[in-house]
Amino acid sequence: MGKINGIFRYQKYMSFFRMRFLAGLQYRAAAFAGVITQFAWGFMEILVFRAFYEVNPGAFPMTREALSSYIWLQQALLALFMTWFLENDIFHTITDGGIAYELCRPTDLYVMWFFRSMANRLSKAVLRCLPILIVAAFLPAPYGMRLPASPKAGLWFLITGLLGFLVVVAFCMLVYIATFYTYSPVGIRMVAISMVEFLSGSVVPLPFLPEGFRQLIELLPFASMQNVPFRIYSGDISGMEIYTRAGLQLFWYIALVWLGKRLTAAALKRVVIQGG
Amino acid sequence: MRLYFKFFVMHLKIAMQYKLSFLFTTIGQFLVSFNVFLGVLFLLQRFHEVKGYGLSDVVLCYGIILMSYSIAEMFMRGFDMFAGTISNCEFDRMLLRPRSCIFQVVSGKLEFTRIGRMLQALVMFAYGITKSDVQWDMKRTVTLLLMVLGGSVVFGCLFLIYASICFFTIEGLEFMNILTDGAREYGKYPLDVYGKGVFRFCTYLVPYTLFQYYPFLYLTGRTDRQWYMLLPVLGCLFLLPSYLLWRVGMRHYKSTGS
Amino acid sequence: MIEVQHISKTFQVSRRGAGFSEAFKALFHRQYECIKALDDISFRIEDGEMVGYIGPNGAGKSSTIKVLSGILTPDRGTCSINGRIPWKERTAHVNEIGVVFGQRSQLWWDVPVIDSFELLRDIYRVPRRLYDSNLEELVTLLKLEELVRTPARQLSLGQRMRCEIAASLLHSPKILFLDEPTIGLDAVSKIAVRDFILEQNRKHKTTVILTTHDMQDIETLTKRIILIGKGKILMDGSLEHIRKRFSATKKLTVEYRGKHIIPCDGMELCSSSNQIASFEINPDKLGVSDAIAHISSQVEVRDLSVESASIDKIVANLYQQYQI
Repeated sequence: MGKINGIFRYQKYMSFFRMRFLAGLQYRAAAFAGVITQFAWGFMEILVFRAFYEVNPGAFPMTREALSSYIWLQQALLALFMTWFLENDIFHTITDGGIAYELCRPTDLYVMWFFRSMANRLSKAVLRCLPILIVAAFLPAPYGMRLPASPKAGLWFLITGLLGFLVVVAFCMLVYIATFYTYSPVGIRMVAISMVEFLSGSVVPLPFLPEGFRQLIELLPFASMQNVPFRIYSGDISGMEIYTRAGLQLFWYIALVWLGKRLTAAALKRVVIQGG
Repeated sequence: MRLYFKFFVMHLKIAMQYKLSFLFTTIGQFLVSFNVFLGVLFLLQRFHEVKGYGLSDVVLCYGIILMSYSIAEMFMRGFDMFAGTISNCEFDRMLLRPRSCIFQVVSGKLEFTRIGRMLQALVMFAYGITKSDVQWDMKRTVTLLLMVLGGSVVFGCLFLIYASICFFTIEGLEFMNILTDGAREYGKYPLDVYGKGVFRFCTYLVPYTLFQYYPFLYLTGRTDRQWYMLLPVLGCLFLLPSYLLWRVGMRHYKSTGS
Repeated sequence: MIEVQHISKTFQVSRRGAGFSEAFKALFHRQYECIKALDDISFRIEDGEMVGYIGPNGAGKSSTIKVLSGILTPDRGTCSINGRIPWKERTAHVNEIGVVFGQRSQLWWDVPVIDSFELLRDIYRVPRRLYDSNLEELVTLLKLEELVRTPARQLSLGQRMRCEIAASLLHSPKILFLDEPTIGLDAVSKIAVRDFILEQNRKHKTTVILTTHDMQDIETLTKRIILIGKGKILMDGSLEHIRKRFSATKKLTVEYRGKHIIPCDGMELCSSSNQIASFEINPDKLGVSDAIAHISSQVEVRDLSVESASIDKIVANLYQQYQI
């Protein structure tokens, strides 16, 4: 009985998921343009690193093949892992008082927004990732996308990729929730996002950062986002290290969700008391 | 011009109504470009140079492109947000007023928060100018100014093209970001870093090198050809095709409505 | 003078069914459907006329307004407004028209209304003297003294609509387009807006073209209505004319003393209780006075009232009749 209830409980979130996902698929032209953009972006990124490689190959902290795979994965899965992929609708709901409407629904706000964000990101990623990966796979040797370093790396790429995705969504939930507590959501958003951008390795892959600084950053939740799966894929992280990294991801996911739920509950209490 | 000034004052007043939000957004803008700076810093610490350009060269180059981009974005923000202007029928309202539409779009939105990016650009100028061994004289100063202004015009044209495309697609097309945001990000290195193909694209299709690479060579004393300093002016010819596209877009819009 | 001849306009819209498979199909192949928004529209409006332009949602009302205001170029047909073709001489044309959209604002949201007015003065290049006298008149008539110092975002809907109307009239346009000007307003604001429009038309001979779903607007403001449905003009005539043609029945209510009333041919008993009876009279078969005579020959009539069908009902009948 309890199990059936559980299924029913999540069914309504799944229908939100489905609705969002379908809505996202409609934007065909946008997806096409997105593919081109991401491809160009990855291409330029690879050219930058080529120029640096020509200066001093010895100073490269990872193999060129691993770096290329890292860059192409980053571009192909951009919608899954970029923190700036936020939904304006949610911000509007909070600032315009549409939140009252959401509260009338028999749903948990946190879970609903969580599913909604996942659906939104997935629908964008589905349309974009395949074309990029396929074209990238046909590029010549050091610049193209390679197969995973080993079957094991491939499997752990999928597992840590899912975990990283969950950490990203959980972090974005915190950004949404911060809107309840501030008068300037735009500002908070920009400050948070620009920090995360750098610390998650989307400006420069983390191995390129100076020693010492890098070790510190790798403990933060931001390094549990794209950094882990993309580097496992190309074998840059291997062996036992995979398990510790995945464990850290799991820890951060749980911590962020816990924090998010706590903050949502507190914020809603305030909304209810103040009358919106 | 007087009318533009009035709009300017009005937007300033509005921005000041939301002081806190303005402040945070400005800081955010500053930080976003600071990220890029950090990236450059760490990479050049590791590799020391790229294609013969050192840290101070790259920083100066980034400062120039960032400044011209921010100027264009601050004043041309109306075009950047044009998809919204069309979808909420704001553009219909503009057509009902007896002024040129370009003027109304430009004066309809001014993004003062881009001052954050300008500050970042100024910091980089300061660093680049003091650390690099450029012999600063009258001509070099003029070159710097022309680079910034020429860059603003080219970026402004790109925003105009972006808006013109919105007439056909209603929503903004993401790939235009390659030409605007992309050029800002990757224009931090002098454009010959990327190899021949990209360099040609950046000369003949969109005249980036005319305000970045060539005058930069003269600025940093890598060439004696003084006429390189005037190339940014030539780059302003990019206005012609951009304006033409806008006209075509307007005609299309008027025949399909929204 | 507005002269519209044989204007047509077709739009393409994409369609997609519901569900996953349809969504995926639409990714690769989209179906388009042509919709005739305007289909051979012709009419003529004299200076100083007030015309109600009515029709159900999606009938082509806003497309017509867009063509007349120069925003939309039609596929076929011509249109001349004060001797100009709107979409060819946009700047000159829009100087002479004012447009109010009931659902959208033309005021700058964050600044006091008076600042918006000042900007509009500069945009329309209104001479200072004319602007001052127009502003004074509008402020007095629409009672805006206190409102103009307030930012538009803080105004109530009714207050804002009065400001919107003032904003459209600052440059003394010869033609005023009102697109649902009373939508969402309370009774007091509605009456204020209607009175003002009447006054404006009387005093300045402003031509007014009004689209609305509020039949009270039509009744108080316009003498002529144009009915559009599915892109075609279905009817163009005076309100009286339409009333006569389409108000099917009249309702006669009598309070009487006596036995039951037996209706004659052409009248039908609707309800009867407590010595009060009401009848529906078909005017084609029976005159109202004949009906009264028929009733008073049977019973002693103490009070009576005659109502014609409400304009709402007439329009509903019209829509039904034309199947739009």
